[in-house]
Amino acid sequence: MTEPNRPDPDTLLAAIQKEQTQRSRGKLKVFLGMAAGVGKTYAMLEAARQQRTDRRDVVIGYVETHGRKETDALTVGLESTPRRPIVYRGVTLAEMDLDAVLARHPQLAVVDELAHTNAPGSRHPKRYQDVLELLEAGIDVYTTLNVQHLESRADTVQEITGATIHETVPDSVLEGAEIELVDLSPEDLLKRFDEGKVYVAERAEVARRHFFQPGHLTALREIALRLAAERVGQDVREYMQTRQIAGPWKTGHRLQVAVSPSPFSEQMIRWTRRLADSLGCSWIAAYVETSIALSEEEQTRLTRHLSLAKELGAEVRTTADDDVIRGLLHIARTQNVTQIVVGKPAGSSWLSFLRGGLRLARLVRASGHIDVHVGRPEQAQEQKRPPLWHGPAESEWPQYLTAAGVVAAVTLVNLLLSPYVHSRTIGLIFLMAVVALAIRLGRGPVYVAATLSALLWNFLFLPPLYTFYISSLENAVMFAMYFVVALAMGHLISQIRARERMDRRREERATAMYLLTLKLADASTWEEIDRTAVSNVERVFKAEASLLRPEVSGQLRTTLSEKDLSIAQWAFQHAQPTGRFTDTLPMADAMYLPLRTDGNVLGVLRVKWKQSSPPTLDQQTLLEGFLRHIALVLDRQRLRDTETQARLLAESERFTNALLSSISHELRTPLAAIASAVSALSGQPPDVQQALIDEVRQASNRLNRLVDNLLDMTRLESGHTKPHLDWCDINDLVHITLKRLEKDLAGHPVSVSVPPNLPLVRMDLVLMEQAMTNLLLNAAAHTPPQTPVQVMATAQEGELAITVADRGPGLSAEALPHVFEKFYRAPGSPAGGTGLGLPIVKGFVEAQGGRVQVANRAGGGAAFTMTLPLGDPPTV
Amino acid sequence: MSDTTAYKPVALVIDDEVQIRRLLRITLEANGYRVLEAANGQGGLTQAATCRPDVVLLDLGLPDLDGVTVLKRLREWSHVPVIVLSVRDRDEDKTAALDSGADDYVTKPFSTAELLARLRVAQRHAQPVADTVVFRTGDMEVDLSSRRVTVKGQEVRLTATEYSLLRLLVRHAGKVLTHQHLLREVWGPDYVGQTHYLRVYMARLREKLEAAPSQPEVLITEPGVGYRLVVKD
Repeated sequence: MTEPNRPDPDTLLAAIQKEQTQRSRGKLKVFLGMAAGVGKTYAMLEAARQQRTDRRDVVIGYVETHGRKETDALTVGLESTPRRPIVYRGVTLAEMDLDAVLARHPQLAVVDELAHTNAPGSRHPKRYQDVLELLEAGIDVYTTLNVQHLESRADTVQEITGATIHETVPDSVLEGAEIELVDLSPEDLLKRFDEGKVYVAERAEVARRHFFQPGHLTALREIALRLAAERVGQDVREYMQTRQIAGPWKTGHRLQVAVSPSPFSEQMIRWTRRLADSLGCSWIAAYVETSIALSEEEQTRLTRHLSLAKELGAEVRTTADDDVIRGLLHIARTQNVTQIVVGKPAGSSWLSFLRGGLRLARLVRASGHIDVHVGRPEQAQEQKRPPLWHGPAESEWPQYLTAAGVVAAVTLVNLLLSPYVHSRTIGLIFLMAVVALAIRLGRGPVYVAATLSALLWNFLFLPPLYTFYISSLENAVMFAMYFVVALAMGHLISQIRARERMDRRREERATAMYLLTLKLADASTWEEIDRTAVSNVERVFKAEASLLRPEVSGQLRTTLSEKDLSIAQWAFQHAQPTGRFTDTLPMADAMYLPLRTDGNVLGVLRVKWKQSSPPTLDQQTLLEGFLRHIALVLDRQRLRDTETQARLLAESERFTNALLSSISHELRTPLAAIASAVSALSGQPPDVQQALIDEVRQASNRLNRLVDNLLDMTRLESGHTKPHLDWCDINDLVHITLKRLEKDLAGHPVSVSVPPNLPLVRMDLVLMEQAMTNLLLNAAAHTPPQTPVQVMATAQEGELAITVADRGPGLSAEALPHVFEKFYRAPGSPAGGTGLGLPIVKGFVEAQGGRVQVANRAGGGAAFTMTLPLGDPPTV
Repeated sequence: MSDTTAYKPVALVIDDEVQIRRLLRITLEANGYRVLEAANGQGGLTQAATCRPDVVLLDLGLPDLDGVTVLKRLREWSHVPVIVLSVRDRDEDKTAALDSGADDYVTKPFSTAELLARLRVAQRHAQPVADTVVFRTGDMEVDLSSRRVTVKGQEVRLTATEYSLLRLLVRHAGKVLTHQHLLREVWGPDYVGQTHYLRVYMARLREKLEAAPSQPEVLITEPGVGYRLVVKD
């Protein structure tokens, strides 16, 4: 609290980002009403006309006037895009043509009824998704919404009016939107309703029953007003935050709601969202996976709850723990949660109530500094709760039959054995059968087997026989014990099996993830990554998969049909899952999942499921893990590419720098000599003139040699050195080179030893001459005058070696490995070298398939040896 | 060749660089030439047609036409000796120019003495070679009519191929003959590219004709291009 005015940096950043996205994104303005008929569309159209008067480009994407004349009149003169007819089950439905609006790209689009559900076959199932895409494209949108269609308010409205609300819009859509409340007093609205201005006759009756009652309208109006007020509050808070105005709000809240497959969970999620909204804080939805297996129905419900939470703006966190409380608190602590929201224990039986209560008490005790909210599930939902015992699922029937069959068989065996053994042994045999069944079957069938066998034992084997009556106390106790043991065994074993199954699934998941990680770690090229990722996804999910990566242009590279490509492209551009089993284009036959790392979409994974049901939670979790990992690997590869490029660039920069520093000196020195000698030339006695001319000649020779070297080096660097290999005579090479260098080698006695009858050697005479010239000049430059230089050629072991040896100081140990590097100059080298001569020798010789080596000679001096393969000279 | 001392041979310089043209004018005029200049290929061809120069100095990098193109057009109607003066030093460029009819190829930068020597040689074999029945250079004498070759008065026996190679070089004495040219003329068109024939036969000729075969003075290798028979007075 030393700097009370300093805004929380994260919040500030989020606010700035929001401002930025809003600048590029279109702005959404929602005309919010408490019910139909308050005049939202009218108000919206009026506002749109005003915008047009202000010279903005306004287009009507979709407006439903319900035949109201005043409203109709307002659309006149506003451009509208034609609707797109969609034929669904023989009925033609007209929907907004999203692509047409996108193509027309106005500044402002008017799109009525945000909560509308699109006809199947449209790109998005819901109109608000169309609107989001328009906003994404930078188009401002005016739209209308009734308060009951807002996700977080739908429950409340349902409770008040009793009407079921099917079409809802997630609250997150309204995030950052401007809200204009279109308000009308309930009396006026009812008056309009009665005048038939709101609904046509047949719908009016239904509406009247649910909504258009004075009490309901007042409540709805209150909800709408409160919502609008809350929005204003939030805007103000954000405004204050960005401008460092100290305010009364509490920052740092973070809510967590416990999600379960229970039907109540949905309400708790909505409730938490409302709470988070009013606190202006973030919230997470936590799910603790236990070893108890979920039924398919529960699985579906859980998936729905988690995606609902995501849709409402929660971060979803899951963990695996058999102790739900421990799991919840673990998530809460790692996520810095300040308040946990759980449902009030509910249940028709006292047992479940007691269990829930105990859990709650434990949560409160263990939560420490975290506050615990206990929400109340709505009673209306209570009826939807499934009965305590519901009939076995279709797939379980064979198990019950097996159980009954086994019990019957064991009973027969026991009947045969009964004359010889005691009734207690019979009981143990039954018990054994129950245990055996528990290993194979589910909980229900085991209970049935336990009960059935207990009753049969009692009826057939415990005296008095053929009655359910037990005479002796001992038998009664034994029967009771049998019953308890059989049930407990059955329960325990099935639980262990469930846990095993869970463990196995978890292990399978871990193994799949591990294998993917392992295989991808080895992949070093884009193609390998593609192949590995695709084969792993196909193997694990038993689906067809392909990986689509973008070209430099941002277009995905693929062999898909145009239609599929456009879906993939959409997923890529919007970074959202698209296609089958998603909200966008669910009619597609494959799922398109963006591969994201922070802020970057690196590609799209196309998964064509073979199963007809949506992926299970298990599959989703694993797939998400896969996506994340593949994206990371793609990112790594991208970085590696970038790094390679950067290194090459740095290398070439280093080369350029060395070139400049070396060359500027080397170019200027002879130029300076020429310029000064020439300027001194006139008016001098002839002998001085001659001396100056000699200087000029030497300087220009040096300059010429430098330029030659530079050109040679550049050719080598750019890969333009293509040797013209020809069968050549070594004598020719030696002679030409020495003749050309006569003057340069004048200060050194040169001895040549070329054995007679050397075969012709395949070489590029010009390149070899240059290489040898450089070696000889190097020898001349680095050795004292009058020290001998030797040129030797020998043929041995299929190779021709040409050696240029001197008797100079030789090369120091540290210089030896570097002499063939560009711009390397051995310490103590005389002035006037560029460090290019020897690298050129190396480049030229290697271009001809040879190699060059350097060594110090015994007795002093250095020896450079060029080696060329001898080959098989043709006969003449 | 000159009947009167007043006659000055005319040299046409075709080069787009003013400085090179100026330099050549100074040196050539100082050495008894009259100099004409052209800054591009088209102008050069016109000058060559109207003024009939005795020798042409041609740059390969011209702004309008490629030097080799100029050379080919010129050769359509003229046998004037042409010396190519170029900064291009790759064997391909040299070979292309020589095969297109250039008499010699001098790489920039060049020494004036060298250039003047090449000019003299080029002008000389503008004369019909067949007239020279007995050719002499240094210690060697070649009698083209009787096919006799002597070194220091001693007759040297040559095989038929060796002789036809030598005769070709003699007839173009001083001029660089490309590998392709030599192979085609001596061995026939099928042998173009088989340079090892040349290497072997040239080594044999040197063995028989040169005083120090490993340091030839007469039969000179032009690396990457071909051979030249040097005329020593």
